[in-house]
Amino acid sequence: MLYKLSIKNIQKSIKDYTIYFLTLIFGVAVFYMFNSLDSQQAMMEVSKNTRDIIKLMVETLGYISVGVAVVLGFLIVYANNFLIKRRKKEFGLYMTLGMGKSQISKILLFETIWIGLFSLIVGLLIGVFCSQLMSVLVVKLFKADMSKYEFVFSGAALSKTIVCFGVMYGAVMFFNTFTISRYKLIDLLTAVRKNEKIKMKNPIACVFIFLASAVLLGWAYYMVTGNFENIKLNNLWIPILMGIVATFFIFWSLSGFILKVVQSRKGIYLKGNNMFVLRQIHNKINTTVFSITIICLLLFMTISLLSSGLSINRYLTKDLEEMTPVDINLIKQANLSNDKNKKQSNSQWTKEQMKDSHREISQTLKNCNMDMNILRDVVELKYYTVEGLTWERTLDSVFDSISEQYPYLRYETLEQIVKVSDYNRIAKLYGIKEYELKDEEYIVLCDFDSMVEFRNMALQEAPEITINGKTYKSKYDKCQEGYINMGTSHMNTGIYLVPDSCELKDSQIQYYFLAANYNGDTQEEKKEIEKIFADEEESKLLKELKKKSSIGELDGITKIATIESSVGITNIITFIAIYLGFIFLIASAAILALKELTETSDNKQRYGILRKIGMDDSMIHQSLFKQIGIFFLVPLCLAILHSVFGIQFALKLLSVHIKTKDLLPSILATAGFLVIIYGGYFLATFIQSKNMIKD
Amino acid sequence: MKQVLQVQQIEKYYGSKANLTKAIDDISFGVDEGEFIGIMGSSGSGKTTLLNCISTIDRVTAGHILLNGQDITKLKGKQLNAFRRQELGFIFQDFNLLDTLTAYENIALALTIQKVKAAEIDERVLEIAEKLDIKSILQKYPYQISGGQKQRVASARAIITNPKLVLADEPTGALDSKSARQLLDSFSVLNQYMGATILMVTHDAFTASYANRILFIKDGKIFNEIHKGDSSRKQFFEKIIDVVTLLGGALNDVI
Repeated sequence: MLYKLSIKNIQKSIKDYTIYFLTLIFGVAVFYMFNSLDSQQAMMEVSKNTRDIIKLMVETLGYISVGVAVVLGFLIVYANNFLIKRRKKEFGLYMTLGMGKSQISKILLFETIWIGLFSLIVGLLIGVFCSQLMSVLVVKLFKADMSKYEFVFSGAALSKTIVCFGVMYGAVMFFNTFTISRYKLIDLLTAVRKNEKIKMKNPIACVFIFLASAVLLGWAYYMVTGNFENIKLNNLWIPILMGIVATFFIFWSLSGFILKVVQSRKGIYLKGNNMFVLRQIHNKINTTVFSITIICLLLFMTISLLSSGLSINRYLTKDLEEMTPVDINLIKQANLSNDKNKKQSNSQWTKEQMKDSHREISQTLKNCNMDMNILRDVVELKYYTVEGLTWERTLDSVFDSISEQYPYLRYETLEQIVKVSDYNRIAKLYGIKEYELKDEEYIVLCDFDSMVEFRNMALQEAPEITINGKTYKSKYDKCQEGYINMGTSHMNTGIYLVPDSCELKDSQIQYYFLAANYNGDTQEEKKEIEKIFADEEESKLLKELKKKSSIGELDGITKIATIESSVGITNIITFIAIYLGFIFLIASAAILALKELTETSDNKQRYGILRKIGMDDSMIHQSLFKQIGIFFLVPLCLAILHSVFGIQFALKLLSVHIKTKDLLPSILATAGFLVIIYGGYFLATFIQSKNMIKD
Repeated sequence: MKQVLQVQQIEKYYGSKANLTKAIDDISFGVDEGEFIGIMGSSGSGKTTLLNCISTIDRVTAGHILLNGQDITKLKGKQLNAFRRQELGFIFQDFNLLDTLTAYENIALALTIQKVKAAEIDERVLEIAEKLDIKSILQKYPYQISGGQKQRVASARAIITNPKLVLADEPTGALDSKSARQLLDSFSVLNQYMGATILMVTHDAFTASYANRILFIKDGKIFNEIHKGDSSRKQFFEKIIDVVTLLGGALNDVI
């Protein structure tokens, strides 16, 4: 009998709260999808480098899933408590019929088990199906070979999902039993009849608090953007806390504030259903301030995560092709020594390694029995350093302003010096600008944005440098474009080009450098050569190098690996952004939807009155639309405002310089995402509410 | 005198053919402009069904109801809503005030949904509040005022749109006797000084004694009809009690 009752109850509540149950199913499905990524077919078919990246991604997702489970757990427990409270009258009826509390708990237990099983099974089915679709996406992102497609099922993800959601439903059962045990029959029976006293706030206080919170919020915004330079990481909680408090009080006072403003304009207030809608909102905002604040913050995180996540993706991949003009760069430290005064690192070098550090890289490779025919277009050069020519010295005139902004910069770093003809050979290979120098002239090459700024300031003073007793002056009054080491973006912090006539000693060589292309025509041939330089387990060359030289684990960079890891990292960021964004979004939308639906069912009577005094159905629906719309829109609006500043802050914090123009696509993508999911929840809530107040 | 309401041989059946209940069985009557008519009957007599049919909440099975010459049984959908909004005023037993709105706003709402201009709304609300002696409570919420005050606010809301006919369904049902008397005095004000036509359904003889004319309904038919004429309210009350006694013990709730 209890069992039958619970089934009937579920049927009824599923009808009324479809949106919530759909959210549960979505939650399970998404949770499974992201946790099953590692066993996707696609993962088996990608290169080792990519596999490492994916491993990293799966690990990261694993940690993030804990956070996601917490958010979903919060949603489930919250929603459940909410629904239970609304059933007081029903429980009262059971108890007057002679049912004990333990039996009521049992009914709820059955219900939870059924809902849990149902959402898990359906959610997992959808998850398994959708993860197949997702592997297609993964293949596209990681450019894997998908000729052998197989249906994949991840046991690990399955058990993880079941355990996580099992714990959540367990918590729900515990909460239910606890809640029931505290109820008294008289309270249950009179629960409905108790007339809710409407606490009205003092409108003038509302106006005051609203303005005060707006100022507080403005100040928090200023702290994280306008005043960014002065903020320290360990004080970061101050603007964040200010933001949260301001958010709460803005919602707390908003309806009173608006009511006051609109009421003073009778033309608007006394028009159609405006009065009713405003009062409705003002009435329920009291009980919803807390959840609206949480929803707003969740939405804020969704928007910031998605748009900054997607922007970073674009930012990181933008310069990639341009920045990797050749297949490989190798670097080797020169003049190794175990002498304590001259030591470059803590390693103890062998005699063979020290001897090797006086050779050029091509010699080293030959010495390690490498067939030089696998490379072509080989260009080598030497980086020199001169004692005393440090950043502190060359940036002397602007030293104060820099050290204020970047106190942790290493100012004892020696400036790197390269002979101009050496550089021009590299530049020719890379297809970038070559330079000419007269005697006694030098050029500074730099393309790392913030360094360019400082160096330009310093170069304005036309400083002279001295190398081995000879003085040189700058050819230009600002830095020139150019680089030697390839990277994922423009990262050259400064290279001094000097005339070939400059007398630099071999003992002043800092690094040997080699740039070359693989001697292969197709991508497959190049990938084969790549293995010689990159496959730590298989490559004989790498073992030899480790033993005989200081190159060790390949001090260098290859085009293929750079692109793979860069694409990989941006993909991780994208995946995580979408994963978290989606969960936060459905959690907040579901809470809102649930709130609005119960609100509507509570207010059925009010709509009945409206109908009785002659309000058209269309007008009633309109007021319902306005109410639900405002409740969905208000937290969204504030969240968008938060994100405008939050995204700027996040990008500054990560030192990513993106122009607003470049942010646009990811912002549009985020907006689309929001409109579809959040808008979908809104529409579903509206339609369901409309059905609720029929008759 | 002009007849505001004409009820012509209406019938209302419930149930299927096999199990037919006649809630209203051939009722006809008319209401003159400015009249205060009471309808009495025990529970189950069909008086609420009759009221629902007149108020267009329910539909008749046969017959016609003419309000101001318009046949309301032929109206549909939006027309019906518009008709209800413009021509009828309602007073319910349980007040049906919106608890989120102040008294002022509850009254004003009836006008705002008719798209009356804001300045005019203010004027009209204050005017009616004065007449019904509720001016002092206009800024209060329903939970802050007494039942009698609530019902007067509801009456103000019903009358403010200048309806052709005010329908009151057991208006004193939820009031104590003092509040009930105050409310009924207000009804007299509405009826005599503002010219409102009121149709009131009640099973309480005392409440009914404020009307000019009373129709008694039993088993879906008009059983009797009495006029107040020139008699005092007390005499009229005694007349009502006589009829109630005649109707049989079914009407127990007399004072």
